[in-house]
Amino acid sequence: MPQRRGDVILFDRPPAVDAWAAVGGKKEGEGPLAAGFDLLFEDNRLGQPTWEKAESELQRQCMNQLLRRAGLAPDALSLVFGGDLQCQCTASHYAMRQLDVPFAGLYGACSTMAEGLALAACFAACGLADRAAALTSSHFCTAERQYRTPLTYGGKRTPTAQWTATAAGAVLLTPTGRGPQVGAVCFGRVRDFDVTDINNMGAAMAPAAAETLLRFFARNGRRPEDYDAIYTGDLGFVGSRLLLEILQVEGLPLQNHQDCGLLLYDRARQQVKAGGSGAGCSAAVLAAHILPGLAKGQLRRVLLLSTGALMSQTTFLQGESIPGIAHLVELLAPDVPV
Amino acid sequence: MKLTPQQYKPMVKAASPPSPLWKDCLWAFFVGGAICLLGEGLRQAYLAQGFPLTDAGTLTSVTLIALSGLFTGLGLYQKLAAKAGAGTLVPITGFANAVVSPAIEFKEEGFITGVGAKLFLIAGPVIVYGVAASSLWGLVWYVLRPWVG
Repeated sequence: MPQRRGDVILFDRPPAVDAWAAVGGKKEGEGPLAAGFDLLFEDNRLGQPTWEKAESELQRQCMNQLLRRAGLAPDALSLVFGGDLQCQCTASHYAMRQLDVPFAGLYGACSTMAEGLALAACFAACGLADRAAALTSSHFCTAERQYRTPLTYGGKRTPTAQWTATAAGAVLLTPTGRGPQVGAVCFGRVRDFDVTDINNMGAAMAPAAAETLLRFFARNGRRPEDYDAIYTGDLGFVGSRLLLEILQVEGLPLQNHQDCGLLLYDRARQQVKAGGSGAGCSAAVLAAHILPGLAKGQLRRVLLLSTGALMSQTTFLQGESIPGIAHLVELLAPDVPV
Repeated sequence: MKLTPQQYKPMVKAASPPSPLWKDCLWAFFVGGAICLLGEGLRQAYLAQGFPLTDAGTLTSVTLIALSGLFTGLGLYQKLAAKAGAGTLVPITGFANAVVSPAIEFKEEGFITGVGAKLFLIAGPVIVYGVAASSLWGLVWYVLRPWVG
């Protein structure tokens, strides 16, 4: 049975990520990770009449790719954990209309992939699901419409603002598969350090990421240098810098930190300000970059720490500060002993 | 974690790059200036056509608003605004963009509940407080006028 040490859940028989898929939009196709995507769309509308439908289609296409890679029919799935950034998670709910399988909707903002992956791993490890999937997405245009201003409104972004990725990622967890393994997970705690700037979400999320990392390393007996890389997603440029500073002060300096929001785009060339974000960002980087690296043995042992900023447009307008959260998943190459 | 929000605040400030003020100002100055120059060119052209001064001014505004609507619809205005900032926001073209962009955006939610309800999403506060401020000034002027006018 999985063991619990503090907030960390350790799997004695680690579930495996047996299949994964990433789909993306135009800007993602122009980024450094383009080659890792299963499907890239030149038109971010995906032939749909609305942006909201386009995001659901993005999820549907991503799930199709996942099932194709796994060689499964949809009804072979025991459970799907899914989420997105739209109010009431409608991108996921409308995508799941066409898939007749049990579904649990999640909202963790940009942390949703690690949350879904961690839950799917727990279900698979405990024998509650033979095949549990996690599926998340974000779409630049639906997020802009919901959180900011109309798409054609002429506004200027601050250097600390992040760019919502138009992307979706999906993973399939099985109790005893041959893919990369999930060694441990750690669900995060909500941390609010009084950041009120909606254009600086990296700063709002960095303390939550630090908290989860500190709790993880305090309980699992490992050091950061035991890992090939520690991926956060998506602190961006500002949040990444703050995370490293906080951990330095807390006595846990990181040398091997990378951020999904900085990997997905080329900041110098693609005008994404502080980097990428969105529930599809770390999901796509996981499926297009991290899992392939583990499967090929280029990476042996990594941490994925998806971070979410948990405000809404309403709480932001009411002057509330932005709570952050970070969920952690330890991923191992297929042949690495736990 | 030992860190407190009070200790975190200066760290955030130091880690967050400020907007490049001079670069932003130059962009705003030249693009805003170019829009105004275009307006002046239009006004002169209307005057040359024989329109009286007030009509030429009105026609200039109408033309700029129409051009802004057109370029917003083509998706070009926000591309320029992403660089120009206040240079495209302050002239009358910015106001037109603020009305046309929700009109395009919320068409999908219906002409009444979408376009009708959200048309003044951005421009609304400007109109509300513009009208309120001018009413207030009207009152002040009414009181002051016998002494200064």
